[in-house]
Amino acid sequence: MSQAEFYQRDRERHPAALTPDYKTSVMRSPRAALISLQQSVSEITGPVFGHNDIDPIDNDLIHNYAKDGESAIGERIILHGRVLDENGRPVPNTLVEAWQANAGGRYRHKKDSYLAPIDPNFGGCGRTMTDENGFYFFRTVKPGAYPWRNWVNNWRPAHIHFSLFGTSFSQRLITQCYFEGDPLIAKCPIVKTIPTQDGIDSLIAALDMNATVPLDSIAYKFDIVLRGRRSTLFENRLEGN
Amino acid sequence: MVQKLDYLKETPSQTAGPYVHIGLAPGAAGFDIYRQELGRDIAGPNAKGERIRVEGIVIDGTGNPVKDVLIETWQANAEGVYAHPESAGEVEEGFRGWGRVITDFETGEWGFDTVKPGPVKARKPLGTGPLHKPAHAGDDWLGRGDAEQGDMAPHINLWIVARGINIGLNTRLYFDDEAEANAKDPVLNLIEWHNRRPTLIAKRSERDGKVVYRFDIRLQGEGETVFFDI
Repeated sequence: MSQAEFYQRDRERHPAALTPDYKTSVMRSPRAALISLQQSVSEITGPVFGHNDIDPIDNDLIHNYAKDGESAIGERIILHGRVLDENGRPVPNTLVEAWQANAGGRYRHKKDSYLAPIDPNFGGCGRTMTDENGFYFFRTVKPGAYPWRNWVNNWRPAHIHFSLFGTSFSQRLITQCYFEGDPLIAKCPIVKTIPTQDGIDSLIAALDMNATVPLDSIAYKFDIVLRGRRSTLFENRLEGN
Repeated sequence: MVQKLDYLKETPSQTAGPYVHIGLAPGAAGFDIYRQELGRDIAGPNAKGERIRVEGIVIDGTGNPVKDVLIETWQANAEGVYAHPESAGEVEEGFRGWGRVITDFETGEWGFDTVKPGPVKARKPLGTGPLHKPAHAGDDWLGRGDAEQGDMAPHINLWIVARGINIGLNTRLYFDDEAEANAKDPVLNLIEWHNRRPTLIAKRSERDGKVVYRFDIRLQGEGETVFFDI
């Protein structure tokens, strides 16, 4: 049984809890320091999902909420990439979930009241499993920018939320994917909670002309890196080495 | 200049935002899309052990409930086994031990049903990093010791995300009827400030013949819950 720990999370690469320009963080951020925990079996394990948990249509946001014969409105895109770990190895068979606003910037949520209309054929969520080499893809429409209450006049850049599991609860991650060329990225207080430009760049999906489907969909590539793992101590043949 | 280490860097976290339910619990957002939403049944029908309910509220630094939070739970079964290939032992069919918990949007109250987990083996010194063990070396080649350690007290691991939380918060829920085990728990004992330890201990009561544990989470300020960097 391998019981190797994961590399410590690089807290200088992630946003701090308290980021005053993103106002909601001010009253929702712990003031005490986190207690550093060396990992036990509680942290190196996590939920395991299989293909029977989801359906093949789940990764097609253009059709997974549309009426028969209809499809979501907007710029058709393929969003694809790989889930890797910090050792550069693919993370196979892991659940990837995504959610987003529609092409007008409106979320299908009872708490969203933005004046852009709901698209009756667009739900706004999808999920898939990576293949044995860590690849995943979604078919969707490019989300619209939308205003939000922070400063008087803030606009979120177009983005898709991603939720990742890896193989352990310590790898659990939620992040957001942005799109190459969006001038709102540099103005967004949520983007700017990330302390390094390199970190911000790593959340911007690149236009990937090679993956476009001619006369159908444009494509963006978005790779995701989860925490890497140490090698096991007690085995001669070290796991993964 | 030195040689470049070729590790990749973890993708930075971003807040789950106010509409996290669309992605992870669309029924709560107000629509039905998937054949099944994940994380609704934590223990499954065959799990042995004591059936319990856990309830609470997440409170922000102003003392108000956080009504748009999403909590994920991760726990062992009553025998202390996780539903994962690296946890020694077997779990009951249908036991996943993982759940997604959402709040009432009006009150911020949340709750989930599960079985009470058993004690879990504490950590031993684990990995070595990319270092290779020389073929001739003994088991304790790094001299770190290989002694079995005691058990961790029964606990449920929690991960909390919401608008305004930039990176998910990890904490643990322990049980107040496990005082003896809690007193020996290596994680609780790691918390230098004794008066902060009770923030991780859920309080047991009975209601209509059912066992209910209360576990309020305070994000900030007086009585702030202990959160971990795992």
